[in-house]
Amino acid sequence: MTTMQRSGWNEMATINRDLLAPLRHVGPTYLTVVCGLALIVVAGAATWVHQIETGIGQTNMHHPIFWSSYIASFVYWIGVSHSGTFISGVLRLTKAQWRRPVTRIAELMTIISVMIAALCVFFHLGRVWRWYYLLPYPSQRDIWPDFRSPLMWDATAIFTYATASTIYLYLPLIPDFALARDRVGGWRKPVYALLCLGWKGTQREWETLSTAIRIITPLIVMVMISVHSIVGWDFGMSLVPGWHTSIIAPYFVVGAVHSGLAMVAVGLYVVRRQGALDDYIRLEHFDKLGKLLVVTTLTLAYLYFADQLTVWYGKIPDEMAILHALVTGDYAVAFWSMILLIYVFPLALLTIPRFRTWPFGMMLLGIGINIGMYVERMLIIVPPLTHPRLTYVWSRYFPSWTELTILSGACALAVLLYLLASKFVPLISIWEEKEGRLHGSGG
Amino acid sequence: MSDSTSPQTPQWGMVVDLDRCTGCEACVVACHAENNIRISGEAEAAQGRAINWIRIERYWEGEYPNVSVKFMPVLCQHCANAPCEPVCPVYASYHTPDGLNAQVYNRCIGVRYCGNNCPYVARQFNWFDPHWDAPLQEQLNPDVTVRMNGIMEKCTFCVQRIRKTKEQAELDKRPVRDGEIQPACVQTCPTSALVFGNRRDPESQVSRMAKNDRGFKLLESLGTDPAVTYLKRLN
Ligand code: SF4
Ligand code: SF4
Repeated sequence: MTTMQRSGWNEMATINRDLLAPLRHVGPTYLTVVCGLALIVVAGAATWVHQIETGIGQTNMHHPIFWSSYIASFVYWIGVSHSGTFISGVLRLTKAQWRRPVTRIAELMTIISVMIAALCVFFHLGRVWRWYYLLPYPSQRDIWPDFRSPLMWDATAIFTYATASTIYLYLPLIPDFALARDRVGGWRKPVYALLCLGWKGTQREWETLSTAIRIITPLIVMVMISVHSIVGWDFGMSLVPGWHTSIIAPYFVVGAVHSGLAMVAVGLYVVRRQGALDDYIRLEHFDKLGKLLVVTTLTLAYLYFADQLTVWYGKIPDEMAILHALVTGDYAVAFWSMILLIYVFPLALLTIPRFRTWPFGMMLLGIGINIGMYVERMLIIVPPLTHPRLTYVWSRYFPSWTELTILSGACALAVLLYLLASKFVPLISIWEEKEGRLHGSGG
Repeated sequence: MSDSTSPQTPQWGMVVDLDRCTGCEACVVACHAENNIRISGEAEAAQGRAINWIRIERYWEGEYPNVSVKFMPVLCQHCANAPCEPVCPVYASYHTPDGLNAQVYNRCIGVRYCGNNCPYVARQFNWFDPHWDAPLQEQLNPDVTVRMNGIMEKCTFCVQRIRKTKEQAELDKRPVRDGEIQPACVQTCPTSALVFGNRRDPESQVSRMAKNDRGFKLLESLGTDPAVTYLKRLN
């Protein structure tokens, strides 16, 4: 046994202690934040109930703007949900060693943001109490959902994605649940015992697990790409000028990865600060994430440029009206802020090596990119709807208090769920971390 | 649906003569009364929430001082190739054998995709529950449902009048006569700018008028194949 390996083995106890610590400890700050978030969630929920009782008119949507902030949020949250699968799927596929402390943090984001995205669809429905018409259930009238509608493709894709990513989060959790069962105990012991499916850690179990992970990883990456393409096709399949473009599917996929990666940067920073996990989430991780973000920034900018150039060069009046509204018209402020936040700042800052290893800066940039991507989602949806072909019905839109409250509630719910989960699930995959220290090429 | 379409099934259509329209909006009022369309107050109308199944679009032509105002009544075009239909996930928007674009209110869950995908922005949404100031609630049409909030609605070509006339004709064992069906807007138009009838019958008034060389379809290049033909002198 070499010295290196021996020191590796000695580290095991420390790793267990460090990474299980957040599960054991609940501090006053934590409780305060949880309560604060819960209040926002309650406010959002109450506003939603009010909207259901009185009607969608509580929003600022009006003829001809039939979709707005709820759908934008839906698209945004689906985008964030790509963080998990992209980071963890692609990095697992490419056997990147630095993925180890990042995957779980990202996968948990995936599940939670898919749930929030689904919730946004419910905010949007005019008669939400009839949502089950979307299910293909046998009824006396023999009416099924219409699978010609991109919204049905969407519902199917989201459901598949939610299921697949739950499995994808769960599989690598099994050994960690077993560890928690043995070391955390308390009221959670029986739950962990149930969830770890009687994991003992035999050679056969490890082999089965790694085969399972190896099978599901490429699948989930494919599902991820298809899901966001389909979300893009909700727009691309329509006749609306500004939506009807074939570039929209790849554009949405890359945009989703862009906001997802940025969100992971925020998550890494917070988890590192809260859990004092500087030994696990190292500067190198921020650096690698920063490099990936440069790639997505450039790809996204390229796709966006290609799309707008085609519009501008074609000079079709229906589409030019929208481009004008963005660049110099009603939405110019939002448009140029978006350009700064998602293209210019990331490119300017992330190409400076020193910046990439500054966690606080990376977090700020991550938040900036996410705000920018949210604005971008709104700009995809709203200006084309306010500028239909018949100019007589042109209009404007800005979200109402009802929309803002409900959406803040949803946002708070996402953070709240994450905080609650962090007390139940080790945020860094313990066994993968150990595996890395013992067998990986350092880190 | 198409299997029940025999060559005898009429295909309803309308002709709108823009050279006759004076923009008086009588059709708008008649449509409101006939179809139990909710009345929106001033504030709601200012928010763009007023529901009109037929609207008079106003356009100015020429440079000051030689301007002239042009009016264009726009209603659901009952497109044969309707972009609003396939996008509905629950079949609330569908095509009837006699060429109407129908909206099944009970089925609508309010995803509003159809509203986005109608290039004529003909679809209207109930943002709130309907309401009529007294005594207007006394004049609701018993042949037409009242739509609750969360539901999409639009011009039906006054389907209740079509069905009633058709049933009467069936009882009398005769075909529906040309001009026998008059939607509320057509009936009320003081200049007879609107004409309704069976597009499949070459002798009907709509068919003869649609052949006029002033005829065109709205946003024809989109390929939606509307059942409404507009007439306008181009000079
Ligand atoms: S005009 Fe609009 S609502 Fe009417 S059939 Fe055509 S697409 Fe549908
Ligand atoms: S045909 Fe009937 S429903 Fe359609 S605009 Fe005229 S009055 Fe209204």
